[in-house]
Amino acid sequence: MQGLRLRKYSPYERSRILFCYVMLLPIFALFFVLRIWPIIRTFWMSLFDWNLIGRNHSFIGLDNYAMLFQDPQFLLSMKNTFLYAGASVALCFVISLPIAMVLAKKMRFSPFYQAIYFLPFITPLVPMSVAWKWIYDPMYGILNYILSIFGMPSVGWLIYPNVAIWALIIMNVWKNLGYNIVLLMVGLRNISPVYYEAASIDGAYGWKKFQYITWPLLKPMILYVVVTSTINAFNVFTQVYVMTLGSQAAPGRAVRVLLYDIYENAFRYFRLGYASAEAVILTIIVIALTVVQFKYIKSEV
Amino acid sequence: MSKMTKDHSLGFLQRVLKHLALIIGSIIMVIPFVWMFTTAFKPEVEVLIWPPKLLPKAPTYQNFIDLFRQAPFFRYFMNSVLISGISTISILLISLVGGFIFSKYRFPGKNFLFTVLIVTAIVPFESYVIPLYTTMVKWGWINTYRGIIAPYLVMSFGIFLLRQHIGSTISDELMDAARIDGCSEFGILTRIVLPLSKSSGGALGIFAFTQAWIAFMWPLLLANKKEMFNMEIGLTMFQYRFSTNYSLLMAGSVISVVPMIIIFVVLRRQIIESISLTGLKG
Repeated sequence: MQGLRLRKYSPYERSRILFCYVMLLPIFALFFVLRIWPIIRTFWMSLFDWNLIGRNHSFIGLDNYAMLFQDPQFLLSMKNTFLYAGASVALCFVISLPIAMVLAKKMRFSPFYQAIYFLPFITPLVPMSVAWKWIYDPMYGILNYILSIFGMPSVGWLIYPNVAIWALIIMNVWKNLGYNIVLLMVGLRNISPVYYEAASIDGAYGWKKFQYITWPLLKPMILYVVVTSTINAFNVFTQVYVMTLGSQAAPGRAVRVLLYDIYENAFRYFRLGYASAEAVILTIIVIALTVVQFKYIKSEV
Repeated sequence: MSKMTKDHSLGFLQRVLKHLALIIGSIIMVIPFVWMFTTAFKPEVEVLIWPPKLLPKAPTYQNFIDLFRQAPFFRYFMNSVLISGISTISILLISLVGGFIFSKYRFPGKNFLFTVLIVTAIVPFESYVIPLYTTMVKWGWINTYRGIIAPYLVMSFGIFLLRQHIGSTISDELMDAARIDGCSEFGILTRIVLPLSKSSGGALGIFAFTQAWIAFMWPLLLANKKEMFNMEIGLTMFQYRFSTNYSLLMAGSVISVVPMIIIFVVLRRQIIESISLTGLKG
């Protein structure tokens, strides 16, 4: 087949096409083994009652999914993950936009501030989770000390699930603020000053400029930042694992998130099919978010 | 005249307020780092006191000595360097070749293959670790470097980045000129594309290195023996053992954060630029 189709190419072109295939073969072999096949297998496994130990996996169709939506642990982890992603992305955006608008203008020390705000984003998660755990320490933590200066009572930050999720959200905002700022600055700097000049001539200033120029022209970048941060937030795992490790009988009890639930079902209880179904749900959420972004960007162009 | 000075002073006040707000924000951003560093140099008796003191009264580096005595942090560190190093080399190589082919050649099946790459870029890694893990079990790659490194050998984003870069820097005329001079397709890759891709290769390299450095869930699954831990897992397990000894834990955190901070300070501009690049692709 391939040979027949190649006949319409000149010998020169044919040797070039061959070159392409030879070069891409090892690359796609790796992509196939490490990415494509596992992705397909996850969907496949989610249709089975699949255990790591047993050899006979029985096909059960969508039963895993039906069970998931009656599993309080899964529903709790979904609720937590949505709250975590929604709150941290919203907070992060609201805080980072004004900072980016100030830093995007020509300003003394702007690169310095940028670097400071960006620092948490590039530091590894485990040491920072350990550091934040120490900040959140109910007895001797610096956060409760700061609260006590303002006459507020101590909080058991990582002990109560309702509070612990907010502790994780705060840390996530701290971590991703710089990423939001840097990307929003890129977006702001790409807005041609001509628009602002024209608006000034028309007598627009301050809020009006923001409403009619900055916001609409920044929208694609805002969407990009919000979508990528949301996807990142849905993949939260490391912080939860580290910060709740040892604080209760098993790690992840205080705040259960989707990836943690997958991890525990798959590698502690060896319910591989069940956990795969959860992983498929995660994949669908991420794909949906990406599709929204692509659609919007296409409609803008 | 009076209006001008008023405007001027208002502008000045505004500037001061802006800087003040930014400085307060900066302090909040660095508190976790400062708190971590100062605690690392505190003797244990100074850690659990109320009210907490920011600076140690009698600074000591004993924590760091104890740290290396309690756990093989040097080994963890070298494991991280090895994993990140191999991952970076592989990703750079694959992205260079892949980016070159996808930007400069037309061949049957190109669109299909490119779509496949996009799909692998969208689906998060953690969502398909389960079959990847069972494969590793089947191959007996648990507790091996091969197994830990394998998933970090490829990164579709790298191919996209270099495709864009090569597409905009290397013209078809240049390639044709090289061909007339008798250069093979492979020669174009090694003699023209490679030297001209250093800048975006550098940005990608930093990106790939940090990505492998902070790998967590995968090494947590694959490495069950201390000797195979990377820094992240080593510190996590250490944290579990010494969950109340904060000065020791902060010392461990410091040594795993410092290399990244040094890289950041040295390559700050390139790192921030490479992150901006990820935003521009949208």
